Amino acid sequence: MSVPPTLPIEPAPLAPVNDTDPAPTKPIGTVSSPVRGRPRLRGRIGRVLAWAFLIASLVLTLFPFYWMLRTSFSSNAALAANSGNLLPAEFSLGGWKRVLGLATPEEALADGGSGASLDFWLYLRNSIIVATITTVVQTFFCALAAYAFARLRWPGRDAMLFLFLTALMIPPIFTTLPNFILIRDLGLLNTFLGIMLPSLLMAPFSIFFLRQFFLGIPKELEEAARLDGAGYARTFFQVVAPISSAPIMTLAILTYIGTWNEYFWPLLVGRSEEVRVLTVALGVFRSQTPQGSPDWAGLMAATLISALPIIILFALMGKRVINSIGFSGLK
Amino acid sequence: MATTMTSPAREHTRRPAHPARPRRRWSREALVAMLFVAPAALGFAVFTLVPAIRGFYYSFTDYDVFQPESFVGTANYERMIADPVFWNSLVVTLQYVVINIVFQTIFALVLAVLMHRLTQSLVVRGIILGPYLVANVIVALVWFWILDYQIGIGNQFIEWLGLDRLAFFGDPALAIPTIAFINVWRHVGYTALLIFAGLQMIPKEMYEASAIDGAGEWKTFWRITVPLLRPVLAVVLVVSIIGSFQIFDTVAVTTQGGPVNATRVIYYYIYDLAFNRYEFGYASAVSVALFLILAGVSLLQLRLTRANQSDLA
Repeated sequence: MSVPPTLPIEPAPLAPVNDTDPAPTKPIGTVSSPVRGRPRLRGRIGRVLAWAFLIASLVLTLFPFYWMLRTSFSSNAALAANSGNLLPAEFSLGGWKRVLGLATPEEALADGGSGASLDFWLYLRNSIIVATITTVVQTFFCALAAYAFARLRWPGRDAMLFLFLTALMIPPIFTTLPNFILIRDLGLLNTFLGIMLPSLLMAPFSIFFLRQFFLGIPKELEEAARLDGAGYARTFFQVVAPISSAPIMTLAILTYIGTWNEYFWPLLVGRSEEVRVLTVALGVFRSQTPQGSPDWAGLMAATLISALPIIILFALMGKRVINSIGFSGLK
Repeated sequence: MATTMTSPAREHTRRPAHPARPRRRWSREALVAMLFVAPAALGFAVFTLVPAIRGFYYSFTDYDVFQPESFVGTANYERMIADPVFWNSLVVTLQYVVINIVFQTIFALVLAVLMHRLTQSLVVRGIILGPYLVANVIVALVWFWILDYQIGIGNQFIEWLGLDRLAFFGDPALAIPTIAFINVWRHVGYTALLIFAGLQMIPKEMYEASAIDGAGEWKTFWRITVPLLRPVLAVVLVVSIIGSFQIFDTVAVTTQGGPVNATRVIYYYIYDLAFNRYEFGYASAVSVALFLILAGVSLLQLRLTRANQSDLA
């Protein structure tokens, strides 16, 4: 369930993803005539209530992130006594040390941990390998296929597109079981290739996503390239792909986030230490303390640090991701 | 690919729109296209098409992962019909889907309308999308901690309100609503942004006309926003329903199907059968059942979206 399995219902002309928001925000306090500009909420009480609700939602959204931060800087021993305190309970770097592998098992035990430490750097490396290779290869092949579906004429095109479309309706677990057998028979259990292979060559959603953009490119551009003597492949690589770099980037980001967060398949195929990705490692770290209180400070430091790359990616590219959401689901 | 990258000069002499050789041009285009589609088609065939067929086949066998399978006819399906755990998993999944979808949709609709009418801020949209970008596993762990019976801040808050602590994950009656709530928290922003995109497609004039007619906020919402949003809502709804039938990560990290099967959703049941008990054949049969349910939902989607398409015209 990486990228949302929503699909564009009909090919429709669409705005580029990095289009800036056209709506200038007007000051709210002024008596704005409802006829002009964007529809606005009227009535003072209503507006206050609406803002209160919106702000409450934002707080509820952000609070768990703060709580990860707060807990990660607490010492486990003090957490129980200060469970209602909004500030870190007995400020401590112990959780972070355990996660980063800087604490000895004795220290970890003494601090209320399970004695387990997380080989964070190894799992981080594994996650980076899996997410990066999958994203690059998959996006590349999907772009090629999307171009063929959008701009080239060949026998069987529509039938194959329909087949890919139907694939979106198959619940992943249905293909997961046989795929697991296949990967096992190929001897690829506990290898990076085994983790990546099923999603390496294609993702139906990505093909549709890019196809929509390629459909909207003016014919004249390609014709001009062809008149200049470029073949189809060259037209794609030197004309179409460069002017579509924004949607391709957007798709790559979505794919990266989805792959980074994937849990089920790596859990089945990549259990062994040397290929274990962060999401799987977190599950393991949590289950190492089935009895008694888990190492909350360590666990929260681990979750934060696992989410960090995505948070950074989102901070840098957020606008692109946000603007692509409307597109990905509706048109 | 080498042939298509040949020197521009040669291409030039041939002229792309040459009327004398239309067939040759076409076949070359087809050749390039086939080449472009080949990797995706290969991936599709090997990891989607063939596995789907194999999965269907396994459901009629007693495959246990270790030994070659033998054909058992409809035995797995007969067993499924008589399996109380299977039916329980269906009931539990349905409970989850209903709670999840109802709250998520209502909450997302309200959020989307508020964002549309109050603020177009990208920061606000960014924040509400935040949880969606974090892995299910992380979301599950954070809420597992916040809702901890002993020292979770959630229970501290409940106590502060003067109520009794709740065993969110330990009480069979609470476990599914709790997991549904966690996933609402993760997905509501994404759903809200989908609806928000739909709202932006509603012509402004509609609101202007409604304002001139003196319609209040409430009336505008029910008479204009909701009807015009119906096709979008239908799509969003069905996409979320299909997604929420496949709840797994949250259960795997928090309750692992317990207490007493209270959270053994169908996806987790299939996983459990296949990878803990190695009953691969039976697990395949259960996933065929899931497949059929989802196909039904998808068909419903097609009908709903078609039926409502006219509203936006």
